[in-house]
Amino acid sequence: MSPHVEIQLIAVLVAAACALPGTFLVLRRTAMVSDAISHTMLFGIVISYFVVRDLASPWLMVGATLTGVLTVWLVELLTRTRRVHEDAAIGLVFPLLFSLAVIMISRFAGNVHLDNDAVLLGEIGFAPFDRLTLLGIELPRAMWVLGGILSANLLFIGVCYKELQLSTFDAGLAAALGFSPALLHYGLMTLVSLTAVGAFDAVGAILVIALMIGPPAAAYLLTDRLSHMIGLGVAIGSLSALAGYWLARLLDTTIAGAMATMVGVSFALVFVLAPQRGVIALLRRRARQRWIVAQQMLAAHLLQHEGTPAAADESRLSTLGEHLRWSPEFIGAVVHRAEEAGMLQREGDTLRLTERGRALAAAAMTR
Amino acid sequence: MHTAAAAIEVTDLTVAYHDTPVLWDVDVRVPHGVLMAIVGPNGAGKTTLIKAILGLVRPAAGQTLIAGLPYAQQRQLVGYVPQRGSVDWDFPTSVLDVVMMGRYGRLGWFRRPGSRERELALAALETVQLQQYANRQISQLSGGQQQRVFLARALVQDAQVYFMDEPFAGVDAVTERAIIGVLQGLRAAGKTVVVVHHDLQTVPEYFDWVTLLNVRVIACGPVAEAFTDEHLRRAYGGRIAFLGGGPSAEVQDAGHAGAPR
Amino acid sequence: MDALRDVFGDYTLRSIALGAAALGVVSGILGCFAVLRRQALLGDAMSHAALPGVVLAFMLTGSRAPLVLVCGAALAGWLGALAVLAIVRLSRIKEDSAFGLVLSVFFAIGMLLLSMLQRSGVGGQAGLDKYLFGQAAALVTADVLTIVALGAVTLLLVALFWKEFRVLSFDPAYAASLGYPVRALDILLTSLIVMAIVIGLQLVGVVLMSAMLVAPAVAARQWTNRLGAMALLAGGFGALAGVIGAVISATGRGLATGPVIVVSISVLVLASLTFAPERGMLAGWLRQRGNRRRHATDDGAHP
Repeated sequence: MSPHVEIQLIAVLVAAACALPGTFLVLRRTAMVSDAISHTMLFGIVISYFVVRDLASPWLMVGATLTGVLTVWLVELLTRTRRVHEDAAIGLVFPLLFSLAVIMISRFAGNVHLDNDAVLLGEIGFAPFDRLTLLGIELPRAMWVLGGILSANLLFIGVCYKELQLSTFDAGLAAALGFSPALLHYGLMTLVSLTAVGAFDAVGAILVIALMIGPPAAAYLLTDRLSHMIGLGVAIGSLSALAGYWLARLLDTTIAGAMATMVGVSFALVFVLAPQRGVIALLRRRARQRWIVAQQMLAAHLLQHEGTPAAADESRLSTLGEHLRWSPEFIGAVVHRAEEAGMLQREGDTLRLTERGRALAAAAMTR
Repeated sequence: MHTAAAAIEVTDLTVAYHDTPVLWDVDVRVPHGVLMAIVGPNGAGKTTLIKAILGLVRPAAGQTLIAGLPYAQQRQLVGYVPQRGSVDWDFPTSVLDVVMMGRYGRLGWFRRPGSRERELALAALETVQLQQYANRQISQLSGGQQQRVFLARALVQDAQVYFMDEPFAGVDAVTERAIIGVLQGLRAAGKTVVVVHHDLQTVPEYFDWVTLLNVRVIACGPVAEAFTDEHLRRAYGGRIAFLGGGPSAEVQDAGHAGAPR
Repeated sequence: MDALRDVFGDYTLRSIALGAAALGVVSGILGCFAVLRRQALLGDAMSHAALPGVVLAFMLTGSRAPLVLVCGAALAGWLGALAVLAIVRLSRIKEDSAFGLVLSVFFAIGMLLLSMLQRSGVGGQAGLDKYLFGQAAALVTADVLTIVALGAVTLLLVALFWKEFRVLSFDPAYAASLGYPVRALDILLTSLIVMAIVIGLQLVGVVLMSAMLVAPAVAARQWTNRLGAMALLAGGFGALAGVIGAVISATGRGLATGPVIVVSISVLVLASLTFAPERGMLAGWLRQRGNRRRHATDDGAHP
């Protein structure tokens, strides 16, 4: 395989591995946990490095993953003191651990390949040069690592699919049925952490967040089914990663940055164009709804005053504007549409509801 | 100064959230000097009605007038007690500071509350029997005390018309008595008081005017005329329709149907 | 003592310390509102979102004048806040996802632009990467003056609208019923928070700036139950941490300023959470123990 193909394969692996746990972060409204974890795992990497003194050691990944879980636990601990709200707790914990890591790197590890820029922006372009032979197959180390993480994510979600689904949508019921929400939560957080650590080398700390949150968020606007959302998230993430790779080649810039940028572009496209939940569809629906509601309001107004002493005054076209506080143009248009729909009839200046209009108004007003 | 116009006049008011109406063509006319309850089932739009009158949500149709003029011109005449649960009671502020907020509207921009505001606030706290708590942090109060702080804040507004959103939610019986005493005092002073209320049982005892609401107005008028079995049944639907017997039994049970407690 | 005299006798160091203190005061005071309004993560999102603004401002103008970069950062930070708002308003995506998305994508765009600049070999871009973690030693007099001037304007506005911001933060619906233009006030307060962020970027950097908003406010909240006192304390804590961090990093050990300031302020937070007289955990623990003992003796007296 040429390095270019390998880089693209790694990019797809990263995106797919991130989208899987990311789906649940988005649904459980804990997306900012990925922000916290992706920063603090650096602390774990540094500490582990000082223990084993080997940047290639698998213990670094273990340490970093544990730090991610520790972060979640620390945030919960702070929140549970009830002196700090959760958002502030996240904003306290991750900058501290991240700062300690950066300080340690620049003070004590200056000569090691761990510099600040690489922390924020991994360089996936170097991945093909670091190779590992397992089972007689020689592949870039990142491919082994990310393939392993992707498999672990697939395995966990496959095995616990039902439980995750239940605890995500109804934590109370899940607990009542005997699934421990805490166990699932920490299981998921371990996966998030492991995935962030694995992706870190390739895309750096902050862009992991884009890959975890962006594709699932876009998928969430396209489907209501969890299984479809997972699949779409993986697909959107992979396509964005590939698009990012080619954008980076075009502009001669960082591949990781371009990948996350393309995630943003994908999300923006879905956000605007999604068939049912996109902004265009929403505005169209609202515009349509506005006329329907206006006709209902007019009919309700006439119905409410039918048979009252003020009925004559309230149903005159010339005074309606004053009562409803609508502009004459708007009233004209609404009356015209309501007439077309057979909801009312005009008798000179007076508007009268038809049977149909009366039924529609009554139906609209009953909840 | 404004005897000709009603204290509150709502005409043809429709309010919609995201183009889904939650109040339909509401007409309500409240004379000066009454103590009025707004009752209706959950989701009937009671809070929305108050918010629309106060200009906090924009109506899709119709208008509301306070003493004959739009709210924006009559703000000085209006006092407001929002739901207690709508704020963070761990906010770093003292009881006295919260009550003084009631004067902010009259102070206008940039001016700081001074000794006059302080005195008014202390007097209002005395009215609700909380003067000894003036310097407490608000999180150290009980639910009933928090509700009375909000009441005191509205009192210092020195308004003509008061709107209160569920002032009895989650307060004990003693506090409820104390609050209703203050409200009746306001009415005696010629003020108009509108209360979103949940407990149907106490309506005839506490109030002299009532609006029954269920996305539209079922009835609005003096309690004796508007608070009838027929109207209650229409407001609460089938939930109390199965009840026979006299009005008192019905009212009692309806109270449970409507109350979330 | 000699070291101390060196620090405060040195003109450069003095101006750096001044800049850091100004930043600490501004971000501490504005942070109180951010924390009380549960906008701690909005600060995080906006500071990351500022990065592409800094780089673009440089690309478009070719100037590294502090005011130019600050304007770029402020615009981009604002755009980030708007994007979050639009996503939450117009779709079913929740706030947390919107924050995460905006934060990371804006940052990615910033890195993308920065990397393009570096590879194109345009001279003079070298200073831009100090916006990642902040570099106090690189601060020049013009930077410090900009920080102090912008900080002064920001604080003046906070003082002017103090009463309004207080009621807006505590009870926005009530503020609206009093006739305050709540949306305009909200925009003003958010803009001031953006200003605080932008001021801090050169010192603390985009990655850690949110801590400068959150930490002093959380520390201060433990010591007092009054908003005014909280704001003053937070300003004080922020200034203290800013000076300590800036001085340590500027005395030249190659330490980025941001991390050092964040560690200093975090120590203050931990100390406050533990030792504050009323809300502190130690006090709470002692109270609990006292209660238990009292109950125990009560039980003993009345078996």
